[in-house]
Amino acid sequence: MSTNAMTIPAGNIEGRVWVDTLHQWLTTVDHKRLGLLYIAYSLLFLLVAGVEALVIRVQLMHSHNNLVSPQVFNRMFTMHGTTMIFFVIMPVLFGFGNYLVPLMIGARDMAFPRLNAFSFWLTALGGLLLYFSFLGGSGLYGAGNAPDVGWWAYAPLTARAFSPGHSSDYWTLALLVSGFGSIATGINIIATVLCMRCPGMELSRMPLLAWLYLVMSGLVLITITPLSAAQIMLLIDRYLGGHFFDAQAGGSAVLWMHFFWIFGHPEVYILIIPAFAFMSEIVPVFSRKPIFGYPVMVAATVAIGFVSMSVWAHHMFTVGMSSTSNSFFTITSMVIAVPTGIKIFNWLGTMWGGRIQFKTPMLFSIGFLFQFLIAGLTGIMQATAPFDWQLSLSYFVVAHFHYVIVGGIMFALFAAFYYWYPKMTGRMLSEKLGTWHFWLFVIGFHLTFDVMHVTGLLGMPRRIYTYEPGRGWDTLNLLVTIGAFLQGVAILVFVANLVISYFKGERAGNDPWDAWTLEWAVSSPPPAYNFATIPVVTSRRPLWDEKHPEDPDSRYE
Amino acid sequence: MSVMTFPFPEAASGWKLHSRGKVAMAGLIIAESAIFTIFVVAYLFYLGKSGTGPTPREVLETPVFYTACLLSSSLTIHFAAKALEGNRGRLFLGLWLLTIALGSLFLYGTGQEWRRLIYQHGLTISANLFGTTYYALVGLHAFHVTAGLLMLLIVATFSLAGRMGMKQHKRVEVLSMYWHFVDAVWVVVFTVVYVLGR
Repeated sequence: MSTNAMTIPAGNIEGRVWVDTLHQWLTTVDHKRLGLLYIAYSLLFLLVAGVEALVIRVQLMHSHNNLVSPQVFNRMFTMHGTTMIFFVIMPVLFGFGNYLVPLMIGARDMAFPRLNAFSFWLTALGGLLLYFSFLGGSGLYGAGNAPDVGWWAYAPLTARAFSPGHSSDYWTLALLVSGFGSIATGINIIATVLCMRCPGMELSRMPLLAWLYLVMSGLVLITITPLSAAQIMLLIDRYLGGHFFDAQAGGSAVLWMHFFWIFGHPEVYILIIPAFAFMSEIVPVFSRKPIFGYPVMVAATVAIGFVSMSVWAHHMFTVGMSSTSNSFFTITSMVIAVPTGIKIFNWLGTMWGGRIQFKTPMLFSIGFLFQFLIAGLTGIMQATAPFDWQLSLSYFVVAHFHYVIVGGIMFALFAAFYYWYPKMTGRMLSEKLGTWHFWLFVIGFHLTFDVMHVTGLLGMPRRIYTYEPGRGWDTLNLLVTIGAFLQGVAILVFVANLVISYFKGERAGNDPWDAWTLEWAVSSPPPAYNFATIPVVTSRRPLWDEKHPEDPDSRYE
Repeated sequence: MSVMTFPFPEAASGWKLHSRGKVAMAGLIIAESAIFTIFVVAYLFYLGKSGTGPTPREVLETPVFYTACLLSSSLTIHFAAKALEGNRGRLFLGLWLLTIALGSLFLYGTGQEWRRLIYQHGLTISANLFGTTYYALVGLHAFHVTAGLLMLLIVATFSLAGRMGMKQHKRVEVLSMYWHFVDAVWVVVFTVVYVLGR
């Protein structure tokens, strides 16, 4: 601190500090602050959606339970799914992308800082709209409150006759508005990665995270938009008397399914590609080895991006498509396992022969690798159309996609939190609480979702409100519910860790993990301008070059 | 906390990346193309599936003149951007206003067509599947023309105030990318609705 700074009467500032801080956060266009806003916003919704999941689980804890009414149950699973996908995982991934991409490519900010702020506030407004439905969803008809049509909102459930009031409209508008936010962020990330890289940062030298966010943003442009288009059609149906999905006037319910899943399946890859990105940064650092097969990783990601756009109808095998369609979508769904498998082998190849450090980020990464592999295997099982005819719409499917989203994406996200929290706050997260968080979550996760596969195989359909005793489902469902509560406790430990470490955590310094990418070259937290002088890089690991001038990576490129 | 210094050679002087405006507009165009694709698919999927009339064959008339207006506005905006790059402000303004006039004429044409369809043939958005898909697809395009015209008008206002110079030619090029896209979409919509759809 400079000592000859101008002195200002203390009383004048004191009273206005929090107003100023609030004003700065609300009007910020800084990519780091917007990143943190995204993350904080999604953590808030994680707690809300988590409570909704627990309500579902308590209701299903034993047979003939009537803790909540069937109507409330429908609202709970609809809101849980919608919130988790659109207002937890999407924003938290955009948050990390916002924070990390400019730092990693040596830029001072995103390509369009004000557009960036606009995107965040659109997403925030979308979430508020969705939850305002609890108050305003009854509409003039006095029927319904929160959306209860399931997160994929199949026609004709969303038709005026079956969904009176405004609850479905809040759902539609929330997704439309946050979708525009996502599209704008996608454009922004693409422009940032392609146009803002520091000198020497060739595409072939970019950190894999930047590459993967580039592919993810491209997918956002092509696949969030069909959802927006379908939502516009739904609004036309509901408000202007259109017939897009009105079977009585010749409209087709199956067309909605196609439009929804043309968005819905690539969406899974939009969510998992950033998880791959975190893995590709964290696994090498804690294995003390550069990533294995960098160009293959990039190629595999691009391949996943392409193939992911031709697999959507594997969600619709039970609708009754032609056998040609069934075969086509079976084959494409299996093909996409190939580049995904390549990635898993590359992470294993990175760990192989490395000096692995079992810090909390690495624990979650290893959990990711195991669980994502199993999630992929059950995915291949269900890609087979005849197998899917047996198990579609059962708890087996619910177990499968929660294995992907919780076992895969959430674990990668926790790894990312433990890895980058020191950069964002300047404090380390507690390893002790982190270990507790990890083990509680692993045990809770497996108790919930491993057992859920079995209830699915025993024939328990998804989305049922309650069930008869004596089908062999009771004990299993109780175990699933206990696991869900264990995960809840683990999340509370995590939140406690975030809060306690912010005040009492060990000081992190610039580079606590001895890492190699540019974000670790600046102070923690980074200054508003990121880099005092724009760096120049000569290899994929600029900080390695700096720390080891006698043996720089650039010599081998 | 100070920022680490980088012991690297000075910035390569030839380091130059794409213009972010153009990349972002290309991104927007890709995203918009996906939206239009879904509407076109819906239109084609529902062709001939309306339970009641009127049908496209009975009521649609090919809007040759207004299509020519919109397509030629692509040429005028292109030469307007060139004129700005060559610092010929008056020529730019003239061509720019001509572009706006041609675009507005197209919108007027769409309005006339809708008026005819609604009042003479009773085809509304809720009349049948053809009405729903037709007004949605053509309306989505007309909405984009309107948005483009508003942006063109903003530039025209600046130009009339004497604020448009060579410095702005990159921005104008980005806007003209959007306008070309709106034209290209019309080629697709025209083919689908007035050629294949009848």
